[in-house]
Amino acid sequence: MPASGWANEWSGNIAVEARYFNKDGISSSQYNQYGSVSFQPEWFNEWDDAKQRVTFVPFARWDQRDEKRTHADIRELSWSEVFPASELRIGIRKVFWGVTESQHLVDVINQTDLVENMDGEDKLGQPMINYALIQNWGTVDFYLLPYFRERTFPGISGRLRTLYPVDTANPIYESKDKDKHLDTAIRYSQSVGDWDIGLSYFNGTSRDPSFTTPSLDSDGNLSIRPVYNLMQQAGLDLQATKEAWLWKLEAINRRIKGTSYIAATGGFEYTFYSVLDGSSDLGLVLEYLYDDRNKSATTPFANDTMLGFRWTRNDVNDTNILLGVIADNQDDSRIYSIEANQRVGTNMKLTFEARWFRGINTTSNLLYSLRKDDYLQLELGYYF
Amino acid sequence: MKGWVLLFGLLSFTAAVVAQTAQEKGLAIAMEADKRDQGWQDQVTKMKMILRNSQGAESTREIRGKALEVQGDGDKSFSIFDTPADVKGTAFLSYTHALKPDEQWLYLPALKRVKRISSANKSGSFMGSEFAYEDIASQEVNKYKYKFLRDDKFAGRDVFVIERYPQYERSGYSKQIAWIDKEMYQPLKIEFYDQQKKLLKTLTQHDYKQYLDKYWRPTRLEMVNHQSGKSTTLIWESYKFKNGFTSRDFDRNSLKRAK
Repeated sequence: MPASGWANEWSGNIAVEARYFNKDGISSSQYNQYGSVSFQPEWFNEWDDAKQRVTFVPFARWDQRDEKRTHADIRELSWSEVFPASELRIGIRKVFWGVTESQHLVDVINQTDLVENMDGEDKLGQPMINYALIQNWGTVDFYLLPYFRERTFPGISGRLRTLYPVDTANPIYESKDKDKHLDTAIRYSQSVGDWDIGLSYFNGTSRDPSFTTPSLDSDGNLSIRPVYNLMQQAGLDLQATKEAWLWKLEAINRRIKGTSYIAATGGFEYTFYSVLDGSSDLGLVLEYLYDDRNKSATTPFANDTMLGFRWTRNDVNDTNILLGVIADNQDDSRIYSIEANQRVGTNMKLTFEARWFRGINTTSNLLYSLRKDDYLQLELGYYF
Repeated sequence: MKGWVLLFGLLSFTAAVVAQTAQEKGLAIAMEADKRDQGWQDQVTKMKMILRNSQGAESTREIRGKALEVQGDGDKSFSIFDTPADVKGTAFLSYTHALKPDEQWLYLPALKRVKRISSANKSGSFMGSEFAYEDIASQEVNKYKYKFLRDDKFAGRDVFVIERYPQYERSGYSKQIAWIDKEMYQPLKIEFYDQQKKLLKTLTQHDYKQYLDKYWRPTRLEMVNHQSGKSTTLIWESYKFKNGFTSRDFDRNSLKRAK
């Protein structure tokens, strides 16, 4: 489209959010009710017959209680140019790789903005140079990632955190270049008939930290320090779209701290169309989450099953509800979740989210510190 | 002997004409319509979709679209939503085919995620409207079998009335009856019958305009669902042809820069 819809215009959203935790937390410094406001405007412009463009998306959140959740970020500030068989994109951007729903193993370019949501779907803007070579046989994306973004973590007053808060002021890096280490990545992607395939390789600082044992930080509180190691990761993502079936697989081989492991997510999504009132779609999602390190894995999802139901009402207000559970196949621990949203009027959207944690009884469970953090969340967003 | 051959030949010729009258005449009309609409190459459109429930409450969506003509196969199309504001920037890419399943991808701008989606949902609602995905997909001749019903008049114009029966899988329709304008070879009205053979919806296409001295396009479409009482109006605010698009404008990389 030569004239884009909103060139040289501001768009975006502002949202108020309320979170309610029905149980007291693991620490007396935590609260049961949290209010918060977020703002994400977007400005975009293009020229040179729409071949060149700039995009700017700042983001800010204020949280009533958690000083670490009050934060700002540049989600996107980038320039790009389109050529007949390639694209060049430079600046702060967000990139998504992968196909599965329960977790995103191959998606390693952007750091998780964990204070936004524990599901890890929110990401921090990543500075990059990305050159995409676009041919009939597929697209090859080359990435140079010159600056590392640290993961955000809730503060001492925040919920959904580790037992000892994370001392984000004192990260430990394996690379002597610390957050200036030049990470590189390459990805091949192609679509052939019913199949969509992606192959990727990443060499640089892992976005997933491990942690030190607790020690006193500069404020005199016990805290843990994030440790960012170097890693090499090869990834595969694959989807076969066969009528109402979507078959999905993500697999990685990650080398980190002198060891190597394999992790994978695989499963399907099947949709029953035009059911219930005749216009609803009902999707069934089943995925298996695997990590060959098993009990010693740094993720809680080493041998788990995710089951989800997605109800899309196809109504005027785009009502949809996702119910899900991720259950450990070896012990009794489970995370239940509900995400529902609906447009209100023409410019507002109401989102309801709830999660609850069950059967988390052993201190060795990586979800142990979340066992009292069942919550309900309501967000009302205004879009412009 | 020679006379007999001639007579026999005449008889079989007459039989062929009779046989053509029903199925083959219907097919011939569809093929002529297809032939007359070839060569447009590509188009850009801007449209407004007004959804109305049975109480008459309205809701509006604005969509920009572009399409690339593909010879010997279904067209490629690309749609991007401008309103409602919460779905702004959501984009939809479709490679349509006559009989094998379409290839479809959805771009979710908040996640920067390109999702391959199933095209099995032929009879499902497009964006909550009374238009099903199969109603807005590109119309290829061999998607249907045809039967000519009669010559008639509709809205003061000469029309062919033909029936067509979907041959692709998962259609929500047992048949459609189309009133095809004899001058434009474009439908003025289509009735959609559900799998129980009951009248489900009626579509009327209004205010045709001719582009490049050849291609007829309607300015307004009215779809009424007789069973639910809901209706949808589609209004095209502009058409622009031959923009020099290539398949690069319809690939997954182009989805990611949809604006």
